[in-house]
Amino acid sequence: MAISKEEVQHIARLARLRFSDEEQDQMAEEMSQVLDYMDTLREVDTAGVPPMAHVLTQENVFRDDEVEQRIKRKDALSNAPETDGTYVLVPRVID
Amino acid sequence: MPYPTFSDAQRALKNDETSCEALVSSFLDRIEQRNDELNAFIELDEDGARNHARYLDSQRARGHERPLAGLIVGVKDVLCMRGRKVTCGSKMLSCFESLIDATALKRLRDAGAIFIGKTNCDEFAMGSSNETSHAGPVRNPVDPTRVPGGSSGGSAAAVADGMAHAALGTDTGGSIRQPAAFCGVVGLKPTYGRVSRYGLVAYASSFDTIGPMAHSVEDVARLLEAMAGPDPNDATSADVPVPSYTDALTNSVEGLRIGLPKEYFAEGLDEEIQEMVYAKVRRLKAAGATVQEVSLPHTDYGIAAYYILTTAEASSNLARYDGVRYGHRADVKETRDTLQAEHQQLKKSRDTAQANGNAERAKALQEALDAQESLLNRLYADTRTEGFGTEVKRRIMLGTYVLSSGYYDAYYEKAQRVRTLIRNDFDQAFEAVDVLITPATPTPAFELGSKVDDPLAMYLNDVYTVTANLAGVPGLVVPAGTHSSGLPVGMQLLGRHFDEATLLQVGDVAMNLS
Repeated sequence: MAISKEEVQHIARLARLRFSDEEQDQMAEEMSQVLDYMDTLREVDTAGVPPMAHVLTQENVFRDDEVEQRIKRKDALSNAPETDGTYVLVPRVID
Repeated sequence: MPYPTFSDAQRALKNDETSCEALVSSFLDRIEQRNDELNAFIELDEDGARNHARYLDSQRARGHERPLAGLIVGVKDVLCMRGRKVTCGSKMLSCFESLIDATALKRLRDAGAIFIGKTNCDEFAMGSSNETSHAGPVRNPVDPTRVPGGSSGGSAAAVADGMAHAALGTDTGGSIRQPAAFCGVVGLKPTYGRVSRYGLVAYASSFDTIGPMAHSVEDVARLLEAMAGPDPNDATSADVPVPSYTDALTNSVEGLRIGLPKEYFAEGLDEEIQEMVYAKVRRLKAAGATVQEVSLPHTDYGIAAYYILTTAEASSNLARYDGVRYGHRADVKETRDTLQAEHQQLKKSRDTAQANGNAERAKALQEALDAQESLLNRLYADTRTEGFGTEVKRRIMLGTYVLSSGYYDAYYEKAQRVRTLIRNDFDQAFEAVDVLITPATPTPAFELGSKVDDPLAMYLNDVYTVTANLAGVPGLVVPAGTHSSGLPVGMQLLGRHFDEATLLQVGDVAMNLS
């Protein structure tokens, strides 16, 4: 599966990543190589085989919905790049 | 080092020949001597370790014994320890301080373990050589020109070099077992769900496991015993009883059925490694085990399925790093200035095109202007581009691709179906045998820099380890001897879901038979 530079640009936009022109060429080449290898899966007959999303068979694990004060606001904001002490700040999004 | 293994240390503690505090000091000295060269630790917690050691000593003086008192542990830097940094070997989290304790750490600390520092690892645990860390590569203590393996390379090197009694690693596709093999220590990847993942920074959530690395199977068993069991904070932690893993070390393999999966002894395996694994198996047979060849027919598709599913999960898990609530954020002013300069340039070109009567070009430029992203969107992209390293970006790109519209069925869903087949292979094999024995890696530790520019070659190195994570079964690596190159060789044991006890039993006997 050869990946074009345009596809790299498209995927990069979806993933919110930016690459220089040179990096795009390299990424296209490396992704193509890896995806070529992944194409070996086409050889496997998976007709009637259910897809597996998870190893464990348990489902619907419930616990009581008890309120716990685990993290104080001050602590929750302590790792934020920019805050006003109450909220996390980002650049204005509405003009 | 006066007491390099925990059993030695514990004996000495019992006889009052040493104290927890003295043990901490001697390990800190060792780290001070060796870490500049090996780079196994990213950060030390000298005060925390000393304080906890003093507390344990005072408790011991009053007759309060804890099962792991005096066990000096290094913690892979993807596990959260309250009040300490957890960087995941990434620039993205280089300033992030954890607000919680991982359940595994909390349980170990309650049992008396002393955490001496955070160990180096591949960025977000993505790598097989510990060369993708923002904190720089780790070197193999046996031969510093070689990699220690990855992604838990710092943990393996720390244990192998006597900088800790034991270390915690995480294993998503071999990240405990491969470095254990490369550095010559014991490493256990538990069954998926055996140890709570609460407080582990996610890479691929349906594959990630936390496990111990140490010098002996017994020490690994004791660590697992303390960490295992259900946790209300992780809904995927399994509600399955935790046996006494140390009681499982019976010193006997009488009547146990060992399977050798033929697909793991095929082309690409170093001949000496093959012979060393066979030699161990012959000794186990002489000790009373039965041996038969088995087949896991879908083994060859493991790597492809693994890298499709884990990159997909990673692309989703790592979407949270947007520079808003925590982690690295690109410089807002710089981003705004660049965006404005691009805007002005587009406008100027459009006006020029209009003035020259080139309507088509003017229209295209107007469209580009309309499509220009907002400052916030550009800030997300700049943040992620600056914060992530090359391998992490590569995996996010691959994962985004296999999940993107038009490719989902061909890649992601196909790989999920193959995952079912691989799990079925194991279920079938375990009807005939109790444990599978394989090599841990196709070659001994490779040279630093030799695979870092060839992602596929790096991925293929995980051929014997990824299948356990696809199927969720436990895997134990124990040293099998020394290669003619002087490097350690590891042997892997795979078992049924939640049957770590049998792996530890057989692994312990295998290590002691020489």
